[in-house]
Amino acid sequence: MAAGLIGKSVPRLEDRLLLTGQGRFASDISFPDQLTMRVVRSPSPNAIIRSIDMSAAKDLPGVFAVWTFEDVKALPPIDVRLTKIEGLGPYRQHVLARDRVRYVGEPVAVVFASDAYVAEDAADLVSLKLDPLPPIVNATDPPGEFDPGLQTEPLAIRKEYGDVDAAFRAAAHTLVLELAVGRHSGVPLETRGAIARYNAARDMLEMHGAAKVPHWNRDQIARMLGRERKSVNLYEGHVGGGFGVRGELYPEDVLVCEAALRFKRPVKWIEDRRENLIACNHSRQQTHRVRAAIDRDGRILGIDNEFFHDQGAYVRTHGATVPDLACAMLPGPYRVPAYRAVGHIRLTNKTPGGTYRAPGRYESTFVRERLLDAIAAKIGISPVEARERNLLAKADMPYDLRLDTLGTKMIYDSGDYAGLLGKALSATGWNEIRAAVKLRRSQGELLGVGLAMFVEKSGLGPFDDVELEMHASGAVELITGAASVGQGVETAMAQVCAETLGIDYTSIRVIHGQTDRIERGLGAFASRVTVMTGEATRRASLILRDQLLGAAASLMQTTPEQLLIADGVVQHASGTGPHMAVADVAAAMVGNGKRVFAEATFESGHMVYPYGVHVAQIQVDQLTGHVKIERYLVAYDIGRAVNPMLVEGQIAGGVAQGVGGALLEEFLYDESGEPLSVTFADYLMPTVRETPPMDVMIVEDAPSPLNSLGLKGAGEAGVNAVGAAIAAAIDDAIGRPGAIRQLPVTPQRMKSILRAAIRD
Amino acid sequence: MSEKMSITLNINGLNRPIKVESRRTLADAIREDCGQTGTHIGCEHGVCGACTVIVNGEPVRSCLMYAVQADGKKIRTVEGLARGDELHPMQRAFMEHHGLQCGFCTPGFLMLAVGVLEREPDMSNDELLDVLASNLCRCTGYQNIIKAVWAAAAEMRGSK
Repeated sequence: MAAGLIGKSVPRLEDRLLLTGQGRFASDISFPDQLTMRVVRSPSPNAIIRSIDMSAAKDLPGVFAVWTFEDVKALPPIDVRLTKIEGLGPYRQHVLARDRVRYVGEPVAVVFASDAYVAEDAADLVSLKLDPLPPIVNATDPPGEFDPGLQTEPLAIRKEYGDVDAAFRAAAHTLVLELAVGRHSGVPLETRGAIARYNAARDMLEMHGAAKVPHWNRDQIARMLGRERKSVNLYEGHVGGGFGVRGELYPEDVLVCEAALRFKRPVKWIEDRRENLIACNHSRQQTHRVRAAIDRDGRILGIDNEFFHDQGAYVRTHGATVPDLACAMLPGPYRVPAYRAVGHIRLTNKTPGGTYRAPGRYESTFVRERLLDAIAAKIGISPVEARERNLLAKADMPYDLRLDTLGTKMIYDSGDYAGLLGKALSATGWNEIRAAVKLRRSQGELLGVGLAMFVEKSGLGPFDDVELEMHASGAVELITGAASVGQGVETAMAQVCAETLGIDYTSIRVIHGQTDRIERGLGAFASRVTVMTGEATRRASLILRDQLLGAAASLMQTTPEQLLIADGVVQHASGTGPHMAVADVAAAMVGNGKRVFAEATFESGHMVYPYGVHVAQIQVDQLTGHVKIERYLVAYDIGRAVNPMLVEGQIAGGVAQGVGGALLEEFLYDESGEPLSVTFADYLMPTVRETPPMDVMIVEDAPSPLNSLGLKGAGEAGVNAVGAAIAAAIDDAIGRPGAIRQLPVTPQRMKSILRAAIRD
Repeated sequence: MSEKMSITLNINGLNRPIKVESRRTLADAIREDCGQTGTHIGCEHGVCGACTVIVNGEPVRSCLMYAVQADGKKIRTVEGLARGDELHPMQRAFMEHHGLQCGFCTPGFLMLAVGVLEREPDMSNDELLDVLASNLCRCTGYQNIIKAVWAAAAEMRGSK
C-alpha cells in the first residue's frame, strides 16, 4: 500500500502544465492550411426565413465557402442523449435553421475563410430576409403552436406515489407557494471550440476540442455523417470548465466535421463570448406551483409539485433531464408520504436549455426548502425544528423513494441527515449566531441567517472501464473513457491506483477523453467519475497488483501471499527478507514477453446519494438592495473523500456559482424575445468581492455501500442549496417569512420587496 | 481589409518581428502570430481578464490593446514566469493552495497578481482583493486564489 493516499490532499498532477502556459485548450489547437468557420446567427427570436443573400460574403477575398441549410439538408437533427422519452423528436434542432428561426443566436449560415477576422467580416455581409412571428417568451403562458399540429408543450413529466388527494383531505393546513428560478448557465471561462480534420490517407475524421462525453459524441457524429464509428475519433484536450453545458453535441461540432470531410481541409471554430451567452445551453428557468399538506405539528403529509420548465427553442441532447430530476429530487431528505409531480416542458423563443451543475436540484431544493421555511412560519416553530420533524432517519436507510430518474430507481443508499444537521449547526455556532444577529438587528441592521438541506445524487452508471498498463520503467498508464472538465480527474484516479498498487501517484499517467485509446466510455457528468471510474480503477489495480506479486514471488522464490507492495517496493509482509523494486519486477515480466496489463469494469444500476447542509448569514443594504453574504458554511457527507483538497475546491466553486444564481446571474429577455444578457457587463458573475468567505466541512459518516471504497460524488454539493439558504437568510433579515419567491434576488428585486414591506 | 504593418513584439525577452493588420488585438498576435498560447481569451471585451499580460511593467488586458500599440514594448506572458523548471513563487503558491481547477483563467490571474505586486510590493491584503476582483474565475470560488496570492505576496516581499 501507498499508505493513506486515498483521503490525502496531495498536489494535483494537472497543475504544472496549466501554471506554465503549456495547457492545450481548444483554441490552442491549429493545423496547417486550416479554414476558420464563423456562424451567422439569427437576429430574430421567431421568424420565417424568406431568403439568405450570400453574394457579398462569397465575394470577399479570403472566403472559401458559405453554407446554409440547403448545403447540409442531408444531416439529421441532433439527437437526444439522456432521458429518451417519446414525443421529443420533432422538437430537435438541425445544425442550420431550415426555414424558420426560433431564437436569437440560432445558426442560420456558416462562413469558411482563411482567417478568423475575414470570416467575421464575411459573416456580417450575409444578409437575411426574415418575416417575424410573435414570440413566446414565458413558459407559464398558455402553450402555442411549435409547428402545425405540434404544441409548444411536447409533454409533461409525471411522477407520483401514495394517495396525494387523501393527504390534502387529511391536512390540518395546506400551504401554497409560487416560486421561480431564473435563467442561468454554466458559462465556463473557456468558450466552446471544435477543430476537425480529415486524414484521407487513413480515411479518418478527427475532432479536437471534445469534452464531457467524447464517445457518445463520436458515435453521433459518425451516425449523422454516415460514417463508421471507428472512422471518427474525438480528442479531449484541456477543458476550461464544463458545468454541464460544455461538451454536449452542438450544431457547430457537426458543422466543422462535415466541412472538414467535404473540403479535405482542417476547419476550426472558436466561439466568442456573445455567442457563448446566446448559443450554448441555458438552464434553470422554472416556475413551480407547489402545495404541501401538513399536520398540526408541521409534519408533511403530501406534496403536489407542478412546474413549468422553460426549455427554450429546441430540445437538445439532455432531452427531459432537467425537469425529470426536478420531479424526482424534490422530496430531498424528508419523509413525504404522498407525492405528485407534474413538470410541463414548454418551448419558448429563447436559447435552448440543458443541464447546469446540480440540474433540477438547484431549482427543487429552492422550492422544497422554501416550503420547509413556510411550514416553520405556519406552525410557529424554528426552521431547524421544522426540518428535524420531517427528516428521514438513519434507520430508514437504504430508503426506497418510490421514484425513478435517469433510468434508475431512486434508493438512498446511506445517510444520517439529522446527524449532519447537528454537526453543521454546532460548527456554525447556530444559537450564538442567532443571538448575535438579533442584537445587530435591534441596532437597525437588516441581518439574517438561513439554512437549507439537500440530498445529491452521483455516480450514475451503468458502467465504466479502466485499462491499466505498467511499463518496464515502472511507470503506469491508466486509460479511462471518462473525461475531465478541469476538476482533477487525473489526480484522483492516480491516487486510487497508486494506493491500491502501492506505488507513487506521480508515476501514473491518466489518459481520458480519447476515443482511439479505449473502446467505450461514458464521460464526465452527474458527479460520476470518482465513483464509477474510481471503482473500476481500484479493480484494475488489484488485478495488476496480483500479476506483479505473482511474478515477484517466483523471482524472489516465495509465494505471492507473503508479499506486499509498499512505496514501489515488493517486500515480505513480515518486513524482513529480500525485496525488489516494482519497476524491476515489471521489467522482468516485459523482458519475458509478458504485458503487465489489466482491465476492469465497474457496473452499477443505482446512483449513490450524498447529502448536505448550507448555512448563510447575510446583510441587506436598505438603500441599495445589495445583499452581502457575511458567512457561508457547507457541511457535506461525501461517504469518502479521495482528495479532500479537491472536494473542498469543488464545493467552494459550486458555492460561487450558486451565489451567482441567487443574487446576480440572469439571462433576461425583453417582451419581443431579444436577449438582454449578451456580454459580461450584463450577465454578472461573482468576482472575488461577491464570493463569501466559506467554511467547508467534509463528513464521512455514511460511506456508500454500493462501491468498495464508499465513494460518493462532490461536483454538485456546493451549488445545490445556495439559492435556498440565501432566500431563507434574506427572509430572516427583513422579518418577512416567504418574502423571497424568485431567484436571483437582484438589488432591484430586493428594493421592491423592501418597498412592499414598508407599505404593508 | 487594411494593409499589414510590420512590428516587433518583445515577448519574454525575445524579439518577434511580425506583420499584422492594424485591427489585430495584442492577444491574437501573441497567440496566433507568436505561438504563445498560454495567454487565454475569455471574453474579448475586457471583463474576464484571462488575457492579462504585463506590458512595460503594467498588467494589461491584451484583448483590449492592438498589437501595433505594443510595437517595441516589453511583453511578459505566463510562459516567461518560471525560470527553467523552477516555478515563480506565484505559480508555486497557486499549486500549493489549489488556486486552480480547469486552469483557463489561471495565466490571467498569475500575470495580474505578479504585475501588480512587482509594482506595489507592499499592497495590503485587502487592496489585493480589489485587484483580484478585476478577473473572473468560474471554478474555484476564489478562496484558494486569494490564499495563494496572499502567500506569494508575502514571499515576494520577503525575497526583496
